[in-house]
Amino acid sequence: MKNVLTPGLQVLKSTKLKKIRELPIKGSVLVKVGDLVNGKQDVCRADLPGDLRILRIPERMGIEVEEVLAGLKIKEGQSIQQGDVICEHSGLFGLLKTTYDSPNTGIVEFITKKTGNIGLRLPSKPLSLNAYVDGKVVSIVEEKSVEIEVSGSYIQGIFGVGGEKYGKLKVIAEANEKLSLDHLDNDIEGCILVGGKLPDFNFLLQAEKAGAIGLIAASITEIPLKTYLGYDLGLAVTGDEDIAISIIITEGFGDLNFSKRVYDLLKNLDGKMASINGATQVRAGAIRPEVLVSGDFSIESDVDSRKVTFESGLVVGQSIRIVRVPYFGERGEIVEMPNKKEVIDSGAKARILRAKLESGEVVTVPRVNVEIV
Amino acid sequence: MITSKEDLTTVLVTDCGSTTTKALLFEKTKSGWRQTFRGEAPTTVEKPVADVTVGALNAFKEIEELSGRSILKDKDFKTPAQKKEGIDLYLSTSSAGGGLQMLVCGVVKHITTESAERAALGAGGIVLDAVSADDGREDFERVEKIRHLKPDIVLLCGGVDGGSTVHVIEMAETILAAAPRPRFGNTLQLPVIYAGNKNVAKEVEEILSEIAKVLMVENLRPTVDKENLGPAREAIHEFFLSHVMSHSPGYNKLLAWSPVPVMPTPAAVGDIMRTYAEKNNLNTLCVDIGGATTDVFSVFKNKVGEFIFNRTVSANLGMSYSIANVLIEAGVENISRWLPSDVKDSEVKDRLRNKMIRPSSIPQTKNDLWLEQSVCREALRLSLEHHKSLAVGLSGVTQQRGIASIFSQTSNRYELVDQMKLDMVIGSGGVLSHAPERLGAALMMIDGFSLMGLTEIAVDSIFMMPHLGVLSSVHPEAAEEIFLNDCMVRICHSIVPVYKEKATKKLNLARVFVNHKEVGIVIKNKIQRVDIPEGQVCEIRVEPLQKSVDLGNGQGEKISKTITVAEYGLILDGRNRPIRNTKNELQNEIYKELGLL
Repeated sequence: MKNVLTPGLQVLKSTKLKKIRELPIKGSVLVKVGDLVNGKQDVCRADLPGDLRILRIPERMGIEVEEVLAGLKIKEGQSIQQGDVICEHSGLFGLLKTTYDSPNTGIVEFITKKTGNIGLRLPSKPLSLNAYVDGKVVSIVEEKSVEIEVSGSYIQGIFGVGGEKYGKLKVIAEANEKLSLDHLDNDIEGCILVGGKLPDFNFLLQAEKAGAIGLIAASITEIPLKTYLGYDLGLAVTGDEDIAISIIITEGFGDLNFSKRVYDLLKNLDGKMASINGATQVRAGAIRPEVLVSGDFSIESDVDSRKVTFESGLVVGQSIRIVRVPYFGERGEIVEMPNKKEVIDSGAKARILRAKLESGEVVTVPRVNVEIV
Repeated sequence: MITSKEDLTTVLVTDCGSTTTKALLFEKTKSGWRQTFRGEAPTTVEKPVADVTVGALNAFKEIEELSGRSILKDKDFKTPAQKKEGIDLYLSTSSAGGGLQMLVCGVVKHITTESAERAALGAGGIVLDAVSADDGREDFERVEKIRHLKPDIVLLCGGVDGGSTVHVIEMAETILAAAPRPRFGNTLQLPVIYAGNKNVAKEVEEILSEIAKVLMVENLRPTVDKENLGPAREAIHEFFLSHVMSHSPGYNKLLAWSPVPVMPTPAAVGDIMRTYAEKNNLNTLCVDIGGATTDVFSVFKNKVGEFIFNRTVSANLGMSYSIANVLIEAGVENISRWLPSDVKDSEVKDRLRNKMIRPSSIPQTKNDLWLEQSVCREALRLSLEHHKSLAVGLSGVTQQRGIASIFSQTSNRYELVDQMKLDMVIGSGGVLSHAPERLGAALMMIDGFSLMGLTEIAVDSIFMMPHLGVLSSVHPEAAEEIFLNDCMVRICHSIVPVYKEKATKKLNLARVFVNHKEVGIVIKNKIQRVDIPEGQVCEIRVEPLQKSVDLGNGQGEKISKTITVAEYGLILDGRNRPIRNTKNELQNEIYKELGLL
């Protein structure tokens, strides 16, 4: 696999990128091209059609379908209020009257003659979509979407949980510190906490109580994550979790330190407003969690590094990081890219590369076990 | 392109998997049809590339580099094949983008819904959910669940012909209320296949036509004792091509490249496997353990001697994306028990979760390899349990059943898959096909499938079965030739007596004879290997040494069979089934005995 898609998580001090904010259905766009927006500002709005609720009336009233149809007090297309009588039935020669009242307000969408069931469309629900990022509106699709251009820093994590959040970055720990309650102060409400590794459940709980909305840490372990989420995570498909703090992990699971480049950049951004999203989907064309901070920083690169990675693959001289034992977390530079497969310690034959680590040691590693940095 | 098999000399086949697109070159050589070159590249069906043909072209380039054959000119194939240029035919299978994702809905869980599941799975689908009127969920729960699924196709059935009508219509109403949106094609109507009670077909269509494109086919369960899965399966394939493939990123180009329809990968695997099993009269089990899912295929004789094909997908049991899910479902202690040395639970968990978030990485050390192989054993165990629960026979009536189905059966369910009667197991997927030691792959299958009796163990060398499945639709003889010569690697035969623990006091369980000469004794809780020259056709006989020992013919009964000896001869396994008391020390001994340490 010469053109192997080596994951190169993007760590860009300054870049330009575009975010599309799209409604799931037709609605209205609240901004115009050229507008400057901030992350909390609503940019689109729509009315989501209400759910269709099936009212199984024969089952509820304990009568036959024909009896339901004969006793219906409503018609298709009719608007009804909660409590309105939908069906009335007289039993025992008219001595016992029973009714079925509408459990909701809505519009009668259908009445099925075979089953006596009724489809009630509930009222629509308003949906607002915020900008998520600070930037400039560069294009709009009427009734549908807004494209916002952002200039600033962009960092991808390896794994995250929780959805979009917008708040102030607050560095609370050094790169290699184990996070503890001592790192939390009273001034973290609405903040995205940055630094350290291995938060435990108590840390997350206290941070949540103090109003933090995000955490960017080097690593985490199973138990605090499981306890905080309330369930065990078996698949790296995340983003919809109902949690107060979105968590972004930059390195992985276990006792791992921050990559210096990532931590240094985050530290430089301390105090700035950031947009983060823990959504992760580890598949081909993976979605990784992200941190986005808009601002006018010195331009370092304006290039989509993923595109470069995909097209060029690994080359001699490239800086890499190893992501598997026995060299997990080590950084180095590629010094050789042999064409032929070689036998590695596991006994398997694999495409390998040789890298000079920061310690000066030259090691052989499978090409798929490195990330471009 | 050439489609007449007599004129074919060079065929290029891809399998566009969820992670990797694998291209194989098949050529007619002096020694017959052979698989000659292989190229692979990351699949590019998802963003940022979002065009499946980019990955395919990258894989072709690798084949060009390795073979020296120039295949492409300006992203078009050069045809027909010349000496070192061009190809005659291009074929493909696909499971990219998560494969064919289906929702099945029926009325009774163990009757119509289960039949619908078999139809969907046999056609190569992944069942996102199986909804039935008696599944224990409230109406709103079903609506909520369906609403959040994005199926490619919905298969709705229920009610035998002339039977239940109300529940079928109610199920249609539930789908209407949920109004799930198809995964691909924003403007596309949801494809729904209705294969239920014909008496309410009109009402079902009326209800669903607002949100779906409804295709009516024959009832897949026309009576309680009959299954008729063929029409539903054909409809699934039709929708797969017209509504799923054609709307997936880049597939329009891919479909135009080949004169033969693109097949769902599992359906292609099923085709080649069923052909082989029926031709050789073998009860066969095949597993493809991938990164996200594990597919299990079986071809087993039913009670009236017909071969019945079944396939199941364990959607979240896999070796990379889903590896942490195997950890959750199996439990860390079940994974750790297969390791030859003790590793801390926390380390096992962290390593597996790191594999989950970096799914392309591979083990570099032996210890890391053994951990993944331990996970594999548990994934195999769990997926076989799942398969056995769905691969059932409906006893009594002789009927017809195609690769995905076409059969009818009576309603008394019984498990078709019986490890004691299993003749052959074939493993594929990276962890098995690319295991550094073939015996390591065999041991994973012996342990994970809890093999019993006498079973031949093989692996698909480079997961070629999908390619051969689609090739067999054009040139079955070439496909079979390559299957035997290049695809299937026969590793060994395992001999596993099963015994009553308390009644079996002595250590020696059974004597093994090859051509009437004793070659070994199966000893309680020991594994040994008996070396016999590969390729030798011989008669193997195993005689129990204690009355309580069963080798497949009943307690105390001997077994005999003619076999062709595989590369690593015989494995005599004296561990009783199910394997419960495995500890690291015992695993260490086994690894040593088999030369895996």
